[in-house]
Amino acid sequence: MRESFVRGVRLGIPYAVVGFVLSLSFGVVARQAGFSPGQAIAASAFVFAGSAQFAALAVFAAGGTLIAAVAAAAMMNGRFLAMGVALAPSLPGGPLKRGLQGQTVVDASWALANNGDGTFDRWLLFGTTAPQYVTWVLGTVVGVYGGDLLGDPDRIGLDAVFPTFFLALVLAEIRDPTSRRVALLGALIALALVPFAPPGVPVLAAAAAALLGVPRRREAG
Amino acid sequence: MNVWVLIAACVAATVTIKAAGPVLLGGRELPAVMLRVIAYLAPALLSALVVTAAFADGRELHVGAETVGMIAGGFLLWRGRPLVLAVLVAMVVTAGLRAIL
Repeated sequence: MRESFVRGVRLGIPYAVVGFVLSLSFGVVARQAGFSPGQAIAASAFVFAGSAQFAALAVFAAGGTLIAAVAAAAMMNGRFLAMGVALAPSLPGGPLKRGLQGQTVVDASWALANNGDGTFDRWLLFGTTAPQYVTWVLGTVVGVYGGDLLGDPDRIGLDAVFPTFFLALVLAEIRDPTSRRVALLGALIALALVPFAPPGVPVLAAAAAALLGVPRRREAG
Repeated sequence: MNVWVLIAACVAATVTIKAAGPVLLGGRELPAVMLRVIAYLAPALLSALVVTAAFADGRELHVGAETVGMIAGGFLLWRGRPLVLAVLVAMVVTAGLRAIL
């Protein structure tokens, strides 16, 4: 348990470094959109979900409604529903305790804690999330107060950080032929839906690609 | 729109979504077939996030400087280079292309 947590912290550090840059750009963009420093920092400290924060912010900045902004965030987080379902059997305790443990799920931690057999190492999950949470909040603080020195985040290529971060997670996951096919199919489903569905939905729908895992060892089941 | 209301609503939505699976499904054994599907959720969801971040702008498909930057970073990752270096290169390539174009 303790070893898993410490190992998780170590594994989490590179993701935490990149998360710092991501949340820094969130801080800059949030200030530009009209958030106060306290509001931008509170968003990172309590929402703690990068894609949802950026999605809600984009709707807010474009003058959208409250419902549209929250819906965009919720749909971006739709994948956490699938991740939570996957994680559930590996969490002990009553419903409240399990629900609290479920809050520690972020993409990198969930992927790294995945044992590959349908079970999860929850202490590794907690450990991997810990440094990512710290730098997520710190990055926003720096972005909020230092953003003026930076100017336009896109000019220095900050928008390339997000896809590269997730590409690293994918490359760590596709170790066998089935997972490579699943990743390819998931990408195709998402791209095919982009023109037709609101942002976030294509990612959630891509979860269907995991059904390619069904036929394996069917004779045994 | 009140920003504090927006943040509170986003917190409520995120906490509910993250809690749903563990609260409703925790502490029970899932059938083997479900465990196999669960094991493959990660590549499915993560690769979808990559392509939507790199090739989608709202509801439009596009290729931008950041797409090229990500590919440059991805090449380094594929060659086994550290994540932080790959992200740095992705940023430099993206920023460089924007400066030229």
